[in-house]
Amino acid sequence: MSMIQIENVSKWYGDFQVLTDCGTHVNAGEVVVVCGPSGSGKSTLIRCVNGLEAIQQGRIVVNGTALAEPTTNLSKLRAQVGMVFQNFELFPHMSVTDNLTIAQVKVLGRSTEEALARGLTMLDRVGLKAQATKFPGALSGGQQQRVAIARALAMDPICMLFDEPTSALDPEMVNEVLDVMVELATEGMTMMCVTHEMGFARKVADRVIFMDHGRIVEDASKDDFFGTPRAERAQLFLSKILQH
Amino acid sequence: MDTFDWTSIPGALPILADGMLITLEITATAMLVGILWGTVLALARLSGNRPLAWLAAAYVNLFRAVPLVMVILWFYLIVPTLLQRWLGVSQSSDIRMISALVAFALFESAYYAEIIRAGVQSVPKGQVDAAFALGMPYPLTMRLVVLPQAFRNMLPLLLTQAIILFQDTSLVYVIGLADFFGAAYKVGDRDGRLVELLLFAGAVYFILCFGASLLVRQLQKKYST
Amino acid sequence: MSYNWNWDIFLSPTPSGESTYLGWLLNGLQWTLTLSLGAWIMALVLGIGLGVLRTVPNRLLAGSAAAYVEVFRNVPLLVQLFIWYFVLPELLPTTLGDALKQTDPLAQQFFAALLCLGCFTAARVCEQVRAGIASLPRGQRNAGLALGLTLPQTYRYVLLPMALRLILPPLTSEFLNVFKNSAVASTIGLIELSRQSQQLVDYTAQAYEAFIAVTVLYVLINVLVMFGMRVLERRTRVPGYIGGK
Repeated sequence: MSMIQIENVSKWYGDFQVLTDCGTHVNAGEVVVVCGPSGSGKSTLIRCVNGLEAIQQGRIVVNGTALAEPTTNLSKLRAQVGMVFQNFELFPHMSVTDNLTIAQVKVLGRSTEEALARGLTMLDRVGLKAQATKFPGALSGGQQQRVAIARALAMDPICMLFDEPTSALDPEMVNEVLDVMVELATEGMTMMCVTHEMGFARKVADRVIFMDHGRIVEDASKDDFFGTPRAERAQLFLSKILQH
Repeated sequence: MDTFDWTSIPGALPILADGMLITLEITATAMLVGILWGTVLALARLSGNRPLAWLAAAYVNLFRAVPLVMVILWFYLIVPTLLQRWLGVSQSSDIRMISALVAFALFESAYYAEIIRAGVQSVPKGQVDAAFALGMPYPLTMRLVVLPQAFRNMLPLLLTQAIILFQDTSLVYVIGLADFFGAAYKVGDRDGRLVELLLFAGAVYFILCFGASLLVRQLQKKYST
Repeated sequence: MSYNWNWDIFLSPTPSGESTYLGWLLNGLQWTLTLSLGAWIMALVLGIGLGVLRTVPNRLLAGSAAAYVEVFRNVPLLVQLFIWYFVLPELLPTTLGDALKQTDPLAQQFFAALLCLGCFTAARVCEQVRAGIASLPRGQRNAGLALGLTLPQTYRYVLLPMALRLILPPLTSEFLNVFKNSAVASTIGLIELSRQSQQLVDYTAQAYEAFIAVTVLYVLINVLVMFGMRVLERRTRVPGYIGGK
């Protein structure tokens, strides 16, 4: 059964079409990497999956719930889908602990103690238990992003969305975040990741999707993608990215 | 040039203190109501609901286009009539005060609404996305994530507006309410010492407002680091 | 509702018979416009001067300009007006003060209000100009001086032209404030627009018509000024800079 089903999705900003007829899926337990040049619509696509962006055409179904249905409670659905952003987006006016617990308490209705225990477990998991009382501004970028991942995990999500989680990081901090993501992937978390980190894709991805100009031009298993990319644009993109 | 004669001031201090109480009461009420109602107006203006946003914009723009003196006069015309019709309250001496409180509260709301709107817009869009992604509905997102950050960012502006408001309360003079300035004027007129009382009132306002603005600046420095 | 609306009131003659109530209103409008525009010109000249002084590398000059701003910003406009009107003549040398008190009361009211509004608004313009100059890249001043321009020339040809363009939007709201603040002049008896509304109430008891008419006129002034300033902004726009295209 697919966890995320994307069917014939098109989206416009005014007259400008950002997504054209996109269709794909992410199965439960699968890790799918979405890549492509900047402006190709990959971030927009992943933001549509939990309804942060509305779509004008097509259908997106997450865990059996269609997003566009008027009866769908978007907030409820989003509470089940974890998301990690390029710029971390920790809440700067709250301590790390409060960042970890606020949504558990206010959205899931957990008790403060339960939320705290869960939050600290996840914080420990990303290796930052010592930072619990600090404020986000006192942490490095890599640490902030790991806290952001812990915050999402504390909600016990059924799948995780990553929107370029390492592209705002200084190079020396990229790996500490990727390590956490690799660990998650090997544990069987369902993941959809927009990223340029091809090393990560090679290591843990099941499938790779390549986007260009708002279209999905290649959707292949990892081995096929890196071995024999069919689309010319994907070949060009890969050769550029793998040069370094 | 006459020499100054400050002797009427010490005896008038109780009257002046009463006046200052009225000034502070109007300032505090207008600030409190202004921030609450102003927040509602700001959120309405930023909401996706077109008619609601338009109504809030019309309210804010109308109040910002009209001089405060006219607003005070308007409410001194409307409030007594309404009080009489709805509550059967007779024209008592308190009616000036009630009119002034209503006028200032509604007027300041328009100014606070603009400050708060800018404050809300100063919070990065990604913060809203993150709150949404955690499953928070719009009201919770505003209350827990956006407004706390917005208010923190705009605290100096809100306080500066309060200082302006404190000065503007002197305009209740036009409906004959004895706030601090009104009291000073009355005493000066009574004793034939208008020059001294006006200079005294000016000095008091200056010391209070300048002191407060220094505090705000200090606060700003502390927050900006 | 028991209130009797009577919009024809504006066309009926005033007790003195020389004019209609509409005539009164327009007369009030004229005073509001004259006072506000006069005060605005004064505020611009004085305010730009003070704003420049606040940024010059001379502690005494910059400090005096800063002191000016603090004094005029931290005393209520109404108190300032009463000081200009009631106190100033007493502080002048007796002969001059008495001569002033002999002049036409209308002239006294007008000039007190003009000086008051002009000086008050100048303090606010000064702060905007200072902020505008401060927001320019530091290199601009150095570039001007390095070209051999004197400091005054650098201000005249390099810093001010750019700074004033940048602060046009906040200046617009200051300009609007002058019209609104001019209503304070009604407290010393100058028969400008808002005073005229009260006078109409006293004479005709048609309070709502009078207040609505005056409010509409203020809104109209507001709209016209905003429109005018927007045109000015478009005309003075610099390509490739903030707001430029």
